[in-house]
Amino acid sequence: MASLSTASAAADVVIEIGGFPIRLSTDDPTFVEMLKERYAGFVTSGTNAQIEFDVALFPPDSMLGNGDVRVERESGQWLMDRGDFRANWNPSAARGIIRQSANPYSINSVLRIVHTLLLAEQGGFLVHASSAVRNGRAFLFAGVSGAGKTTMARLAPPDATLLTDEISYVSRQKDGYYAYGTPFAGDLGRLGENMRAPLAALYLLRKGTENKVEPLGAAEASRALLENILCFARDSEVVRSVFEAACDFVCRVPIRRLTFTPDARVWEMIA
Amino acid sequence: MSGKCYVARSSKIAARMMGNEMMIMLAPESTLFTLNEVGSVIFNAADGTTPLEEIVAERVCSEFDVEFDVALKDAEHIVKELAGHGVLLVSDKPINPPLAFAQVAR
Repeated sequence: MASLSTASAAADVVIEIGGFPIRLSTDDPTFVEMLKERYAGFVTSGTNAQIEFDVALFPPDSMLGNGDVRVERESGQWLMDRGDFRANWNPSAARGIIRQSANPYSINSVLRIVHTLLLAEQGGFLVHASSAVRNGRAFLFAGVSGAGKTTMARLAPPDATLLTDEISYVSRQKDGYYAYGTPFAGDLGRLGENMRAPLAALYLLRKGTENKVEPLGAAEASRALLENILCFARDSEVVRSVFEAACDFVCRVPIRRLTFTPDARVWEMIA
Repeated sequence: MSGKCYVARSSKIAARMMGNEMMIMLAPESTLFTLNEVGSVIFNAADGTTPLEEIVAERVCSEFDVEFDVALKDAEHIVKELAGHGVLLVSDKPINPPLAFAQVAR
């Protein structure tokens, strides 16, 4: 078993998403260089990582390939498993280890899972949504695959800053909700900007023959939001936290149904 | 259902009144249930010590224009379904002391 110590690590990189710096250490400098390139814009030189992961790299044929993701809490640690990776994270020690082959996809999934768990503790969540900042305010466009998340990102006016076209980062803070940029890209294949902005509204996407915005009742908004929130953990405490977070969010942030055609004029309705 | 029937909310759930619907999340399965207004009244009154017949008579029939027998039959159906999913506990005796309820209807 690989040691949890980073003393022997040949290289490391700190990736900061949503204000959480996470250090990834490994004995393969080439892998770290690949991560620095892939997460450019989210790499920090900070020495104060809040979580430290050792990454133990194995030959690709020693891993089982993709399967169903499993995230469970056991003896105070989070165990994460998907066939192509196995990871554990001890929140109280702020340390963990990731076992995977030298590919960017497995570690990207681990980071998503870790951030869903971090956010669940503070009333936030990751959600299937593109997001952009305009005039200092963030707008989210949520929906399942094919709903138009990437299309809305592509149609954004030049003065809008893309936070992500796939997975939006919603953080609850003392003065309200903020959306952060993420490196979790979708079909656009472009990382979001590493910035944050107060969240103005969330639009639930539906493709149609005309552009229109409709208000949503609290129950319908809650159901739709919950359908789009990422929650990997089969854990009562986390599931409850996510449920409460979604309900709180619906009570505080405007949620609307946006029916749209793939036309840039749809952005005239976003306010 | 014959005889008295007591119902209590499971400790495995989180619930919140959103608009006029009760949203219930069953953990850790992440299964979401939504109750209409009548179901919400029954759910909120399911304290483990009040018989279902009394809930129907004093809460449902007083709030909704419905006859007792019809309301009771509907209530029994709702309770049976929710109990089948583990959202409600059902007993022919009071469920006392009540289980640690999840947060409800703020």
